[in-house]
Amino acid sequence: MDVGVGLPNAVPGVDPATIVHWAMRADEGPFASVGTVDRIVYDNLEPMVSLAAAAAVTSRVELVTCILIAPLRERSTLAKQAISLDVLSGGRLTLGVAIGARGDDYERNELAGQSRGDRLTDQITELRALWDDGRITPSAAVRAAPRVLVGGGSGPAFARMARLSDGYFHGGGPPRAFAAAAAQARAAWADAGRPGEPELWGQGYYALGDAADAGRAYLLDYYAFTGPFARRIADGLLTTPLAVREFVEGYADAGCGHLILLPAVADLAQLDRLAEVVSSWRGGPRERAVTHGVG
Amino acid sequence: MKRDRSGLLSQPGPAARQDEADVKVTSVGGGPGGLYTAILLLLADPETQVTVHERNAADDTFGFGVVFSAATLAELEDADAVSYERLMRSCARWDPVEIRYGGARVRAHGNRFAAVSRHRLLALLQERAAELGADVRFGSQVDDVEALRADTDLLLGADGRNSAVRRTWSHAFAPQLTVEGSKYIWLGTTKPFDAFTFIFAHTEHGPFQAHIYPFSETTSTFIVEASEQVWRAAGLDAVDADTLAPGESDEHAIAFLTDLFADDLDGHGLIANNSKWLDWTTVRNATWCHDNVVLLGDAAHTAHFSIGSGTKLALEDAIALTDALARCDDVDTALADYEATRRPAVDRVQQAAAESLDWFARYRRYWGFPPAQFAYSLLTRSERIDYENMKRRDPNLVLAVDRWFAEEAERGNHDVAMVVAPPPALTGVDIGGRRFVNRTVLTVPPDHDGEQGRASDSLVRRYVRRAQGGAGAVVLEAVAVSAHARISPGDAGLWTDAHAQQWAAALAEVRGTTPTLVGVQLNHAGPRGATRPRQQGVDLPLRAGWPLVAASAVPYTAVGAVPHALDAQRRTGIREDFAAAASRASDVGFDLLELHFGHGYLLASFLSPLTNRRDDDLGGELHGRLRFPLEVLDAVRAVWPADRPLSVCVSASDLQPGGLTAQDAVDVARALAAHGADLLHVVAGQTTPHARPDYGGVYHAGWSDLIRNCGGVRTIASGSVPTLSQANHVLAAGAADLVIVGRPLPAEPPWLALQRSPS
Repeated sequence: MDVGVGLPNAVPGVDPATIVHWAMRADEGPFASVGTVDRIVYDNLEPMVSLAAAAAVTSRVELVTCILIAPLRERSTLAKQAISLDVLSGGRLTLGVAIGARGDDYERNELAGQSRGDRLTDQITELRALWDDGRITPSAAVRAAPRVLVGGGSGPAFARMARLSDGYFHGGGPPRAFAAAAAQARAAWADAGRPGEPELWGQGYYALGDAADAGRAYLLDYYAFTGPFARRIADGLLTTPLAVREFVEGYADAGCGHLILLPAVADLAQLDRLAEVVSSWRGGPRERAVTHGVG
Repeated sequence: MKRDRSGLLSQPGPAARQDEADVKVTSVGGGPGGLYTAILLLLADPETQVTVHERNAADDTFGFGVVFSAATLAELEDADAVSYERLMRSCARWDPVEIRYGGARVRAHGNRFAAVSRHRLLALLQERAAELGADVRFGSQVDDVEALRADTDLLLGADGRNSAVRRTWSHAFAPQLTVEGSKYIWLGTTKPFDAFTFIFAHTEHGPFQAHIYPFSETTSTFIVEASEQVWRAAGLDAVDADTLAPGESDEHAIAFLTDLFADDLDGHGLIANNSKWLDWTTVRNATWCHDNVVLLGDAAHTAHFSIGSGTKLALEDAIALTDALARCDDVDTALADYEATRRPAVDRVQQAAAESLDWFARYRRYWGFPPAQFAYSLLTRSERIDYENMKRRDPNLVLAVDRWFAEEAERGNHDVAMVVAPPPALTGVDIGGRRFVNRTVLTVPPDHDGEQGRASDSLVRRYVRRAQGGAGAVVLEAVAVSAHARISPGDAGLWTDAHAQQWAAALAEVRGTTPTLVGVQLNHAGPRGATRPRQQGVDLPLRAGWPLVAASAVPYTAVGAVPHALDAQRRTGIREDFAAAASRASDVGFDLLELHFGHGYLLASFLSPLTNRRDDDLGGELHGRLRFPLEVLDAVRAVWPADRPLSVCVSASDLQPGGLTAQDAVDVARALAAHGADLLHVVAGQTTPHARPDYGGVYHAGWSDLIRNCGGVRTIASGSVPTLSQANHVLAAGAADLVIVGRPLPAEPPWLALQRSPS
């Protein structure tokens, strides 16, 4: 399982320089990727733009939206933006998409109306078609399209993932929740008639040591719209090296191929501490042991 | 473990609102939930001012008994040992569940229950609450709930399924009340029962069932339930419940039921207590908290009595609520905490109740099952219980099911002498003139790596390997009947003799090495044709494809090519393509043939009203939409040998609004069987990309159950059946005759290899 780290692009008040330094340090390892979360109506930086900034100062890490609320974006510009970012980063973009969970992000958007799920389904279909068509693709492209992952926990979300993407992006939670979702993702994949298996990606929040309280406060604020559930998300914050290791181990055991740990505090020292923990994880970042037999 | 109840109730939390005054909690409702909350609050802090308003008198109670599982009892002991001790002295306890059906009595063990009369339970909770200092006011009808709320720190809506508290703030709680279409009446009897008993009584109008739980040596609760349709047919709507005086019982119903259950009652009558027919209503709320008001028990959520959990939920709510109050510094946080903690558990129980209700709503289709299978189906109606789980609860019952299943399966097969009955998945079955040595089917999905209909070598190798894996049958999926019938350019086909020769060689290699039936599925992709290989996704169109055909000129996806609506020339041509491919499959020596009429491919596009918009003889009502698929089936059946099984893969539901109804699916199944299909491989969804599937559990088995038991056709269940236990479960419950295994994982099922017979 690969382990990546989130950029603090959605931690309120983050210093723009921190985003850039964060990406540079993450690129030094042991992280396999940097990721971004997405909101419109919040004190945060837009994910694709943040990843573009990261792309300019990194050469190794994958750049991952985890996830992007794609239906808020116009299709052809998103297709163009994604392939451009993929070109600029030398083919390092992974586009994780989902419908998101907040109504107000949609209320502020001129595209509100049609079912978000159906719009996302049609949108991914069209992104695939646009990339495949090739006419929007810069000639410097290193590949036809970025990797696409789909998130969401409903049956239609799993079906959408299986029909149109390269794999599943889980929304967070303990390893057993990931394992249950992964089973559904595999079932949907087989039902859709896809060969092999879906890629399985996970995520979780961390804030180590003294930052724990600030981290929890951030999650309670960021997820306030979920009502009482915010408390459970905050309770799930990984605050000790042991908790991080157990979480990483649990995800690896549950079949996760790539786990991104998202910062709940925008402090570079947090990145360094996480780097130590991840480096010392006994499994270590390693090659995926999944065989791609035709199922 | 002793609960720590410091926090809210002893710290200056909400009490600070009233300076040094004690916390004031008021309950509307003095049922088990309200009283138990009062008890636990006072145990945590004796200074709490608890007032309970109960509309009825102290000894005025409806209903007969309530039932608890062993797990609930353990929680009650932990929360308050004193009331637990008193409860245990009053409880009747038993283990078995008895099912009376079709003249037989089947007993299942491994369930620990305790029950007490509701009257006794309330008396002991009232006594305990009073001891601890609660102010319990009987005969206290609260008219102004809002005034009560303004005068208390915390208001409990513990006033039952018709909660006035919930009604007062319905804008906040957003209750959802679902009338489930079942009629039930709550009665009692003095006939002694020694088990939680289900009696299924057949009448000319349809089935009635009694749910009986004993709560003392001499008294049992006796609830009778029927579907509204059966209830009306039996004339039980003659007495309008609304015309009965409060407390008056429906004597007409009681006379009818006393007669219906006369053999079981054995001279003991039915006892009425305000007994009349009611509509079962499931209560859900968007939230259980509003300001300083909280709902618990039936006011918040109900669960059908067939899982006997109503009182249990109310008492567990009381425990969770008082725990949250102890943990948190203020009422708002505590109520949010209570709801967050409690919801997942309540959701699980409501889910189990919904599954139970669903079983009772559909079990007429199982009428005719032998008693062992009927009992298995009833006892495993919750998705949480499968074959292995049931075996742990009651190994003897599952052994009896295995034995019955194996005897049926091996009847007349004198080669088999069974010392131990194999589990259902490993029994044989004869279908369409061939023997499946076991009930498992392995599929070989297409790999899109072939050329001009010729399969890739790796696909052939995979097929041979799986054919030798010891399954009942192996099926090569989606083999095209013509070049234009392919999904993707690399698909295998059977439209030339060269294609046939390739498979003849493969089957020659398999023959004699395995008892597995070798099968092939023929398909015409229709509107889903001319797409790229499925590595990146499905239904992604080729830049330069071939002309597509479908029932109507509607593209499968927003970016797909528009197909031609089938015309007279193609109608003949495609029918002949299927017949020619079937003929080649027969000549080559395939044992089993399957036609794909599902998943939105050509023939599925005719069956569903979502995709068939024709106004000629091939569209319109179901018989029109069936016409072309049946023409194809007839043409194939005419050339496919009568002594080899012919299967049809069919989508039993489009999983989206406006699609096939369950009745349509049953009618389709019957028509296909009448035209010579020996088996139906039941799938669902993919009629369009906008289906709304649910990938939990064995997700397509329910559709197979519908087709098999309502349509009377033998079925192959598909979906995710990753373990042998799940395969056994689907088969033991009578939901299918064969099961596709090994999906989605593992790619090469090693457990099947172990079954491989020596060559």
